[in-house]
Amino acid sequence: MDLSAISPALLLASLMIGATPLLLAALGELVVERAGVLNLGVEGMMILGAICGFAMAVETGSPPLGFLAGAVGGALLSLVFAVLTQIFLANQVATGLALTLFGLGLSSLLGQGYVGIKPPSTARLDLGPLSDIPLLGRAFFSHDWMVYLSLFLTLATWFFLSRTRAGLKLRAIGENHEAAHALGLHVVAIRFAAIAFGGAMAGLGGAYLSLVRVPQWTEGMTAGAGWIALAIVVFASWRPGRVLLGAYLFGGVTVLQLNLQAAGSALPVEYLSMSPYVVTILVLVLISARRSRGTAAPASLGKPFHAVS
Amino acid sequence: MISLVRRPQPSRVWAWATPILAVLLTVIAGSLMFAALGKDPVAAIRTIFYDPLFDPQFAGYSRPQLLVKAGPLILIATGLALGFKAGVWNIGAEGQYIMGAIAGAAAGLALYPIEATFIFPLMVIAGALGGWIWAMIPAILKTRFNTNEILVSLLLVYVAENLLASVAVGALRNPEGGGFPGSRNLAQWASSANAELIADTGLHWGVVAAIIAVIFAYVLLHRHLTGVHIRLAGQAPRAARFAGVNPNRLVVFCFAISGALAGLAGIFEVTGPAGQISIDFNVGYGFTAIIVAFLGRLHPVGILLAGLLMALTYIGGELASFMLGIPAAAIQAFQGMLLFFLLAVDVLTHYSIRLGSKRLA
Amino acid sequence: MTQPLLQIDGLTKAYPGVVANDDVSMAIRPGEVHALLGENGAGKSTLVKMIFGLVRPNAGRMEMNGAPYAPTSPEAARAAGVGMVFQHFSLFEALNVAENVALGMSDPPPIKDLAPRIRDVSQSYGLPLNPGNIVGDLSAGERQRVEIVRCLLGAPKLLIMDEPTSVLTPQEVDLLFATLRKLRDEGTSILYISHKLEEIRALCDTATILRGGTVVASCTPAEETAGRLAEVMVGRRLEAPQRPGTARDEIAVQIDGLSLPPAHEFGASLKDVSLTLNAGEVLGIGGVAGNGQDELLAALAGETLSAPGTIRMEGRDLSRLGPEARRRAGLLTAPEERLGHAAAPDLSLTENALLSAATRERLVSRGFIDWSRTRRFAEGVIDRFDVRTPGAGTAAGALSGGNLQKFVIGREIAQTPRVLVVNQPTWGVDAAAAATIRQALLDLAADGSGVIVISQDLDELMEVSDRFAALTEGRLSRFRPAAGLTVEQIGLMLGGAHDMEPAHAD
Repeated sequence: MDLSAISPALLLASLMIGATPLLLAALGELVVERAGVLNLGVEGMMILGAICGFAMAVETGSPPLGFLAGAVGGALLSLVFAVLTQIFLANQVATGLALTLFGLGLSSLLGQGYVGIKPPSTARLDLGPLSDIPLLGRAFFSHDWMVYLSLFLTLATWFFLSRTRAGLKLRAIGENHEAAHALGLHVVAIRFAAIAFGGAMAGLGGAYLSLVRVPQWTEGMTAGAGWIALAIVVFASWRPGRVLLGAYLFGGVTVLQLNLQAAGSALPVEYLSMSPYVVTILVLVLISARRSRGTAAPASLGKPFHAVS
Repeated sequence: MISLVRRPQPSRVWAWATPILAVLLTVIAGSLMFAALGKDPVAAIRTIFYDPLFDPQFAGYSRPQLLVKAGPLILIATGLALGFKAGVWNIGAEGQYIMGAIAGAAAGLALYPIEATFIFPLMVIAGALGGWIWAMIPAILKTRFNTNEILVSLLLVYVAENLLASVAVGALRNPEGGGFPGSRNLAQWASSANAELIADTGLHWGVVAAIIAVIFAYVLLHRHLTGVHIRLAGQAPRAARFAGVNPNRLVVFCFAISGALAGLAGIFEVTGPAGQISIDFNVGYGFTAIIVAFLGRLHPVGILLAGLLMALTYIGGELASFMLGIPAAAIQAFQGMLLFFLLAVDVLTHYSIRLGSKRLA
Repeated sequence: MTQPLLQIDGLTKAYPGVVANDDVSMAIRPGEVHALLGENGAGKSTLVKMIFGLVRPNAGRMEMNGAPYAPTSPEAARAAGVGMVFQHFSLFEALNVAENVALGMSDPPPIKDLAPRIRDVSQSYGLPLNPGNIVGDLSAGERQRVEIVRCLLGAPKLLIMDEPTSVLTPQEVDLLFATLRKLRDEGTSILYISHKLEEIRALCDTATILRGGTVVASCTPAEETAGRLAEVMVGRRLEAPQRPGTARDEIAVQIDGLSLPPAHEFGASLKDVSLTLNAGEVLGIGGVAGNGQDELLAALAGETLSAPGTIRMEGRDLSRLGPEARRRAGLLTAPEERLGHAAAPDLSLTENALLSAATRERLVSRGFIDWSRTRRFAEGVIDRFDVRTPGAGTAAGALSGGNLQKFVIGREIAQTPRVLVVNQPTWGVDAAAAATIRQALLDLAADGSGVIVISQDLDELMEVSDRFAALTEGRLSRFRPAAGLTVEQIGLMLGGAHDMEPAHAD
């Protein structure tokens, strides 16, 4: 194995690229779960976002329109989830699974004509002299604008949840929807909004996969990224800052194993490919074994809400 | 204004009617989807639901396929349903199915080319053990560390798929296969073959196992205290603890049963219909079985019927793809839609719908 | 006479199968404490929900200061000057006091400006609170303060209090009453919902009494006797249960130095609890819920296991045995929560009979259920305890609270336990069913079983127990004979150590 083929600057740079879809999807799911809703359909919304974004970018030649389409696609699918769980009071776990199964099918149906095409490339954000700093410039300051948008969204999500009244309402609904309803908060409406945000973010993450990270369309290309995003939310104890940490950690494992594969590691390819999943499981175990006060899930998470009036 | 009013107790009529209503709604929505794809919706629906059973040209091939495809679905779904009823979410049956196939095949291939009657039963046991062990990972992590079993069982599917890829090109590769990935053909080795038991019916040992599993699950759920405990744990976990149910033991029990059944489905598949361990012998039965379990309303008899119906959509889907050029992915979306509609209309079992105003007088 | 603050005319609200309020009319004057009196199910909560905009009436109208008042949401009600303190607090345990207060206000200032205001208001009304504390860590009394302060910040003209004393110790009740009187003197009207007659006589200026959804009387409570109020409220005279006093000199169960961590994040830990229960004796354990009651019941039931030797019955150590083994030994329990703990809502009564009676009544052999025997057992309980239900096949969730409570307590009594432990046996149950349940517990003791009654209802405990102790912050006081205990003595026992600083407003 030739480890010298791995350049630290490039590794860090690709780590940021690898982490971005996870970060986007996990942030979305974080907001959904803080509102007390468990949407296990992240994988399905991501892959639908991946094909919607890809198709739109290829058809229009515009990556920004592609990202928009990815977000819209994810959000539309998430609204199916919202209608089923918030209006028809369907079981959230089952509905989330259905979303994933349906999303995988629908995306490969939509993607029939897009296999093997190269998408238009997403513009690099010009950070001027910052990108010229040796090592750091290449690693941190020469990415496309989506990378920086995802970082900004992390900050925005944190600000929204902890510093705004709407965020407080959302957290209150996630903690105790009965009490929130009694206070006159619109539980279902706010949850709809949260679910749609989660869907849009998952779709955005998916679009980033197909437009930048890979970049091409293949069936089932999310390959569990949505599930890892769900795990990141648990890992992060439902806090935006820790989601960033989690996404970069898991993104790092993925990128590292790909680099090791490319460098011709002695380990068989299959064992390297499974490593992100194994690491995710191990981290989940560590986190759940040392769960302490103040890091608990929102108290109403996954429970159905039916206003009796 | 439409409002939902919770029924004092679940409606028995709707419990039976909702799956039928969901199928009808899916057929309507599916027709729209096929029409959007530029296909004749009536022809598509007929090709999927009618032709495989009654068309003189295809029925001869398709009818036996019904049991071949329904067998693993029913076997896996029956196990999953026990867990789902108890609130134990094993969604990694696909992984347990793969591991059952690998373990069973490995046990048999270790003895190749001996011809002996004990080999097939041995492989079956090894298959069940393989699925069981794979299911024990999320179960034990759940009970020891309270790790989320949904995520762990699902993530293990990806691990299992990579292991499958590894053994297909490595440990279990057919030494006489000219370097191609994939194991020896187990269906063509008399000791390991899971052959059709009655010609042209598609009935193989996996189907027999599925029927036994359904009966076992029925008795367990409706005649045995464990069944009451399973329902209790799912509906009211505190009441279950009050009744003396040990929640950890129940988690292990549900994962053990569903894992072993998925493993069985895996070994019956590679020794029969699939024939060999290959990188992609698994076709997602472990995931489709989740739909089957819900479509059957987590009831063993319901699952039996739902498994047959879902098998029909697989076969009909292949036929539609062959005859009408409808992409296979459309069938997957169709199956997903079925689950959506099912979940939506299920509300009628627990709530009655009231039309009328809540306006101020 | 001055114009009423709130005039209610002919309010009617019907739900499928039941008319909760039928043509209810009443008037609340400015600056009065107005009692709304009635049994559970009399329609009190429906009425106040309509006043607070949570439920809309089918017919009738309301006027606030002479202007039409028809709130469509709690926000509208708050904007019109109506505040409400709920019986089951609408608080968010994981959020802090200031955040909880902010959520209940229509137009709150930023948190950093809100915190000092919370301190000011809470101090001036004698309700000390720290805005930064997490609500989950507060006692029931402190949580109620959060609710009250939340309302007061909106400067309400009408404050609705729903059963505010049910979770308070007698001393906390005094603090609350002082606050309410101060508010009244400042001109705020208070609608005070209760079924506790002495409280109403001590505090309220006027009372409206509801029965079966209609107004049956209005009066000045101080001019009536408690007995007379009770008769109007219930509609007939109630028999006090017979209490023979049948304790024997024979130990039924013994708890020795029982300590346990809290059952959940915001629960209470049990600290060195010891007691001895004799056969034929009823022990009453009082105290506000959340002080270790659930934990004590779970420890006795075997849902949580305790250190070896802490729970013994007839010389046998039960501490490490699960619920089923304890039932076999004759120790039965009935938890507080009827639906979801003592019974599963979607299972039928027959199936629910299996929860605790499976082995003791031999309803199951080798794990296989004898359904006909099980149904007969369930039907026996239904007959004996007058459970009103179409049949044993009915889902538990379809029964009214009182009937389900009779079933779950009856299910344990029918198994003739050596020891029965019940938690809040008559919580939310109508008076007639409550009397049936208490009598059944006394009959059980008379037949030689030991009974432990854990309850917040002091009247109930005085009625049934031979000896009484209080459980506060997980510590059990010494038992004292119930006969002859005064309210003040009980109050001191319940007060425990915390929360007893006098109100600043006094």
